Amino acid sequence: MNNKIANQKSKIKNVSVHPVKALVLRCAGTNCDQETMWALEQAGACAERVHINAFVREEREINDFDLMVVPGGFSFGDDIASGKVLANKLLYKLKGPLEQFVGAGKPVIGICNGFQVLTKCGLLPGVSGWDSSLKATLTDNDSGKFECRWVFLKTGSRRCLFTKGLPDVFPLPVAHAEGKFVPESEKFFKSLEKNGQVAFRYVNAKGRKAGYPWNPNGSFGDVAGICNKAGNVLGLMPHPERYAFTFQHSHWTRVKPLPVNGVGLQIFKNAVRAVEKSKKLEIRN
Amino acid sequence: MQKSDEFLSLSKDSLYALSRERGLSLSAEEMLAIQSYFAEQGRGPSDAELETIAQTWSEHCKHKTFRAAIEHTERDELGLERKRHYKDLLKDTIVKVTQELQKPWCLSVFKDNAGIVSYDNKEALAFKVETHNHPSALEPYGGAGTGLGGVIRDVLGAGLGARPIANTDVFCFGPLDEAGRNKSMGGLSTRRIFHGVVSGVRDYGNRMGIPTVNGAVYFDDDFKDNPLVFCGTLGLMPVHTIEKAVCPGDRIVMTGGRVGRDGIHGATFSSDSLTTGIESSVVQIGNPIVQKKMMDVLLAARDKKLYRGITDCGAGGLSSAVGEMGEKTGADVSLEKVPLKYKGLSPWEIWLSESQERMVLAVPPGNLEELQALFSSEDVDCTDIGIFTDNQRLRVSYDQEVIVDMCMGFLHDGVPKQHLKSFWSCPPEVPFISETQDPRPKTQDRKRKKSRYELERALLGILAQPTVASKEWIIRQYDHEVQGRTVLKPLVGTQSQGPGDAAVLQLHPSSLQGTALACGVNPHFSRWDPYWMAASVLDEAVRNLVAVGARLDRIAVLDNFCGGDPQDPRILGGLVRCAQACYDVASVYGTPFISGKDSLYNQFEWEANGIKEKRSIPTTLLISAVSQVGDVSKVVSMDFKRAGNWIYVLGETRDELGGSRYGIWRNTAGGSVPRLNPQDTWGLYEKLAEAISQGLVSACHDCSEGGLGAALAEMSLAGELGFYLDVRKALLSADLRNEARTDKVLFSESNGRFVVEVSPRAKRGFLSCLKGMPVSCIGQVREGKRLQITGMEGKTYAWSVSEVEKAWRNGIDVRN
Repeated sequence: MNNKIANQKSKIKNVSVHPVKALVLRCAGTNCDQETMWALEQAGACAERVHINAFVREEREINDFDLMVVPGGFSFGDDIASGKVLANKLLYKLKGPLEQFVGAGKPVIGICNGFQVLTKCGLLPGVSGWDSSLKATLTDNDSGKFECRWVFLKTGSRRCLFTKGLPDVFPLPVAHAEGKFVPESEKFFKSLEKNGQVAFRYVNAKGRKAGYPWNPNGSFGDVAGICNKAGNVLGLMPHPERYAFTFQHSHWTRVKPLPVNGVGLQIFKNAVRAVEKSKKLEIRN
Repeated sequence: MQKSDEFLSLSKDSLYALSRERGLSLSAEEMLAIQSYFAEQGRGPSDAELETIAQTWSEHCKHKTFRAAIEHTERDELGLERKRHYKDLLKDTIVKVTQELQKPWCLSVFKDNAGIVSYDNKEALAFKVETHNHPSALEPYGGAGTGLGGVIRDVLGAGLGARPIANTDVFCFGPLDEAGRNKSMGGLSTRRIFHGVVSGVRDYGNRMGIPTVNGAVYFDDDFKDNPLVFCGTLGLMPVHTIEKAVCPGDRIVMTGGRVGRDGIHGATFSSDSLTTGIESSVVQIGNPIVQKKMMDVLLAARDKKLYRGITDCGAGGLSSAVGEMGEKTGADVSLEKVPLKYKGLSPWEIWLSESQERMVLAVPPGNLEELQALFSSEDVDCTDIGIFTDNQRLRVSYDQEVIVDMCMGFLHDGVPKQHLKSFWSCPPEVPFISETQDPRPKTQDRKRKKSRYELERALLGILAQPTVASKEWIIRQYDHEVQGRTVLKPLVGTQSQGPGDAAVLQLHPSSLQGTALACGVNPHFSRWDPYWMAASVLDEAVRNLVAVGARLDRIAVLDNFCGGDPQDPRILGGLVRCAQACYDVASVYGTPFISGKDSLYNQFEWEANGIKEKRSIPTTLLISAVSQVGDVSKVVSMDFKRAGNWIYVLGETRDELGGSRYGIWRNTAGGSVPRLNPQDTWGLYEKLAEAISQGLVSACHDCSEGGLGAALAEMSLAGELGFYLDVRKALLSADLRNEARTDKVLFSESNGRFVVEVSPRAKRGFLSCLKGMPVSCIGQVREGKRLQITGMEGKTYAWSVSEVEKAWRNGIDVRN
């Protein structure tokens, strides 16, 4: 075990000459930024936390980065509704640069509160690039309270660049009060399914459809995460950064043999790989 | 400056009347000391000065009782009296043990906002636990939330500031039964307090992004009027930031929230009994996001070395924060610069308001501009409100008008030392109830269930007692995974359904080193003897750490005392015994106290038919413990792992049913309370720790409330595995063996015991590791989901895993 950890450690330090520059977007109330940094670095990226004010005040430029994560937390206290204030900041202050970022096919991940932000600003479900009206939302859990628990996810999308190499069914923790996915209409939801935009669904340990608590919030269609039509923007309620490392698992003391990493790491690795691939293409062209 | 020269001529009685009328919570002697100071100055005190002194001298801030000289008298069973003198209770017990142990890894103890211990050569851990009892009784949501907010700021203000990485919470409530629905005398219903406290801590902790990883919830009639809310925070800081300083010429900078009228008189009101008719404006209003954004930028400023001193604005607001920081230098504050929530506050209100989310910094003048730019880059208020001077005076003005001007020496050291008397008499021993006696009221329900053994029903009944039962409903509302460090979680087992003994955090993914947190609390034992209560909870906290495989040589503990009115010699006698037990046990265990706090006057006073009555809580001690984990991959959880593994009981089971959960179930107050021989238990802990570090233990669970029976049932339901065992094989004290009562063996709460699961392969190694120790193999983990126990009389008792799980998981009625 010690060797494996030592290997991981060396990997964190081993940054290539043209590192993948990852942005972890911060604001008042962001609180999963540190562990998101760890996961990105473990996945091979060079990550930096930057406050949104730096972009709004034009001291920094979003397009200098290759990939972006909007991490979990309670952005601006989740006043009005979860993620709403940060969503409006993105929509009204940074729409231009963000549109360029997403249009260039760069990966964007919104985790938990980040998913709420991306949904409420119209980047997700992203049927038409940047949706002009709210097509779906994330609202109060059916249980009516904040819940922190481990769930099982099933991947369902081939379109989404983040799901490659993931096991069919895998565990991740959720921790939210407003994670119930509600689409505009059933018809609209069908179109999401048809487009392959449903990235993750809640299932039971055997990978089958199941009610509460397997679906922890009552999400429509058991949706845990969706991606945009192009497949480069992902939003999910579960926290992949909270199972990027072996001992973060809910009951690893029962698991033998222990995996080298947590399964959530794969999502970040996919994002980093996608950037590396496009960079190689750029160099070749 | 307003002067009330009349003050100088007031008599002792009128001075005390003035203290009562103004809500200053100062005694007549203290008022006299103030009078004589101002007589020397040739003038009376201003309102603001009187209030400043009251805050600084409050029990809440000064811990006058624990610093008092006490003449303690104890009367034993034979009526013989023994006296003992304490010059300063705290220094003679809690602080003394830390001084005697001289642990080099205790970096900062009893002087800063939190205790600081070393983690490795680069980092240190700051740990603090606070109570917020009085506010939570009045306004549970706001009171509990700001209680947590306050202790987080304590850690942010320890040294130059530590990053909070974990929270703990321990609550004591009245019972949630039918009576809990009704308002308590003049107060709120227990259910309202319960729901308010749980959600107040939830909303503050979750929004701060700090995982709540450990805690306990206790239900007892005793806490109906005076709930207890303990909140703790563990912080991580670079080792070079543990020292702070204030230099003359440094700017006094207030940062974070703005000032309103909330929380005025918080410290003084918390230093008195609760009674009817207290205004809820004494309770502060919290806004965690203001604190979160302040914290982010504050830690950035720390790393840039932009300030050299820091403290939080807690009880007493600016008056105590500035007063404390400027104690050695002097301070000059201009209140008109303080940003307000709204207009209309008078200067003394600004000075004393306990509006939340504020910190005070000492900033070298040359750094001020850079600091302000940094704070404004993240939209956080940061205001220069004055200067630290070199005249050892506290001077406060509002637009040229001076409202406070006094000597720091008097403010901090002028409080007269208290001389108190305490008394303790040993209660007569009442034998524990026989197997057939039954003082409980007869109900239809009980007659119907006659088909089952009484003992089988007892286990289910104990598991369903809210104090023992699963706290899952609360735990899941608290994010215990945020920050990604929690590797042994509060809920463990196949489906995260079992109760973990201690939480373990892996602080950095690049290292296998970690830290473990645990606690011990059991106020019910105090009804028997506060001494053994304190010994038991200290042992429980340590035992919980041992159970997961934490290092024994790095355990540091915190004490939080809660009690009634210390002017009552019997209540003070209990506190003294408690403090003495802390010294006696901690010196053997080698566990220094690094910080602590006391909250007294937890009593409720009311008038019924013209007669004044009061009720106070039993002396309660919470011990919070932190230690290191050498290698997180070796820690052990409490769930049974595999059928075929052996079950061992470590430690001797004695006839100690006094204060036990079984005693409560049988409705009896008899029996002896569990005692502790720390020399014996420590030897066992060392061997067990060795066995765990060698990977010889598959599961380990400490035996506390509910004894062996509850521990075994919990291990079983967490691992979804049954067992077969024979209690006759357990190591029993001679009297217990002779009496041969299975109920006593299963439910005795003797200290120093564990249930340990060992695989057949590890058995030899385990036994050789624990050679010479009180260890007995009592049975085996089984595949079938059945718990089977052969009793002393040879009868077999049985339960299904699902029924014990059902009883345990549904014990708390969470309805509104």
